[in-house]
Amino acid sequence: MGYFEGFRVTFEQLFRPRVTIQYPEEKRPKALRFHGRHVLNKYEDGMEKCIGCELCAGVCPARCIHVRGLDNPPDAPVSPGERYGFVYEINYLRCIHCDLCVEACPTEAITESKLFEFSFSNRQDAIYTKDELLVADDGQPKHLPWEDWREGEDLHTSAWVRATAPNGDADYEGRVAWSAELGYGVRPPEAGQLGDDDAGAPIDDITVEQVAEGGHH
Amino acid sequence: MDPLFGHGIDLTIVLIVIGKTLATFVVLLLGVLLLIWYERKLISDMQNRIGPNRAGPYGILQTLADGIKLFFKEDLLPEQADRRVFRLAPYLSAVPAFAAFAVIPLGGSVSIAGHRTFLQLADPPVGVLFLLAMSSIAVYGTMLAGWSSGSKYPLLGGVRASAQAISYEGAMSLAIAAAVLIAGTLSTHGIVADQAGKGYLRGLLPKWNLFTVGVVPVVIYVIAATAEINRPPFDLVEADSELVGGFHTEYSSVRFALFYLAEFMNTITVSAVAITLFFGGPNGPEILGLGGWSGFLWFLIKEILFLSVYVWIRATLPRFRYDQLMDLGWKRLIPVALYWLLLIAALRVGQDQGWNAALVIGIGIGAGALAWGLLGLAARTGAEQAAEDALGLGEVRA
Repeated sequence: MGYFEGFRVTFEQLFRPRVTIQYPEEKRPKALRFHGRHVLNKYEDGMEKCIGCELCAGVCPARCIHVRGLDNPPDAPVSPGERYGFVYEINYLRCIHCDLCVEACPTEAITESKLFEFSFSNRQDAIYTKDELLVADDGQPKHLPWEDWREGEDLHTSAWVRATAPNGDADYEGRVAWSAELGYGVRPPEAGQLGDDDAGAPIDDITVEQVAEGGHH
Repeated sequence: MDPLFGHGIDLTIVLIVIGKTLATFVVLLLGVLLLIWYERKLISDMQNRIGPNRAGPYGILQTLADGIKLFFKEDLLPEQADRRVFRLAPYLSAVPAFAAFAVIPLGGSVSIAGHRTFLQLADPPVGVLFLLAMSSIAVYGTMLAGWSSGSKYPLLGGVRASAQAISYEGAMSLAIAAAVLIAGTLSTHGIVADQAGKGYLRGLLPKWNLFTVGVVPVVIYVIAATAEINRPPFDLVEADSELVGGFHTEYSSVRFALFYLAEFMNTITVSAVAITLFFGGPNGPEILGLGGWSGFLWFLIKEILFLSVYVWIRATLPRFRYDQLMDLGWKRLIPVALYWLLLIAALRVGQDQGWNAALVIGIGIGAGALAWGLLGLAARTGAEQAAEDALGLGEVRA
């Protein structure tokens, strides 16, 4: 009785769990390496990581990053290098969140958080300035009034979430290691990144399996 | 005849009738309000989603919110529209929907202000005919709405509406006739009263027409009635994906609300008619402490079950194609309904004349098989002829 097969199917669905969630109140967990709005990271001593090299601006396919470097003032240096990012702006009406800037950065200065729930009502507001992108004193991204941050969403925004090898030091070629960061310290490579000889550190809060599973409430 | 009018008419009786009219009106409106919410909730359950849940507890006030919103929308009158007919059409849809519900027995006999009366607004001796008449008038609403909009999609919707309604009215009337034949009366109260009493299989089954006339007319009625009120899977009249909104494409605001209201009132009425004709109406074992009102409770329970089935159908079946719709109506439902009606009529006459029931059934089945074979033969010959004609046409073109 093929005609009545459909009735059985719809009836069975009555007892299945619902797939939709109450979005603004509930949210699905985001992927560990979700590409959201950027953050500019700092070293443990509070120095900015950005050296104003403009590699991110150069590699950006959407041309949304505007960087101007300046020589560090000798008496009060902003970054440990010779120069620092004097102007750093990202236009979020253009950004496609490809993460190429993060890959290009030689100092792990720019990374992406998991935040995508932010909005603006004019073009000017869409341009994030350096002040807004820079992490706060505790090393966590700033929570700006027009952004919707939830509990735990500001974790894993540092260079540690970068997918590929870091900082261009020839001595460390082929080895995964992250530079020290404000609020995090020196983070060990995550499980599996060092190859077979080292298990690496476990990922604490969100595991990849959980992310792959999708919604769990 | 309602015992209310048995001994003259005074002010109390007039007031009772007015009260009953208002109550029926309110029950129907509230029913629509809850039905739309219930339908949306049940369908969303069947589709693994949550459904309306913002307005009121469990979103129960969603329909009210939608209604208020509709009333504040701009009322458009298309440039090309036939103004008078365009304005009239929604009422031709909504008023019969209200009127049809008036003859539905909602409960047994109750006592109001010292007067015995049926829990039913009106019990005309031609009740069932009145129902059919109202459903026919409602077609004018959809048809004229489509025609007067002065736009192409509504016109197509209107044409579909009239063709569909006429096609299925036949099957529906034949199915209803089976119940009328058994009860021997057109009065809805009479049909319900006829279904009361000792049931079949030593009282295991109630004496509903569902068991008296067989399942066939009930199924035919449900299918034909679904088509008659343009509910999915027979919503070709609206067919959002083909005709935008069909006959009500050009309607907005209050006028659109009236169509919407009529559609759901019809759903309630059609279920109520099915309950009245085939499922014993408000009959049922008396619930303690409710007395005459327990019938109303039984009616509500049956109604909710029936509406759930309608929602289930809507959630399950995709829309018919137009030729499938016509095939089902003319080539399947009408012949089957006609055959079943004749069979019941033969049994009924046989009962009166004292014929051998087994013989009557045997001859009936034989005649049915013969008719089925002849119909099939005719259909095949027709299809072959059509194929030959198509081939011949192809040769001429080549």
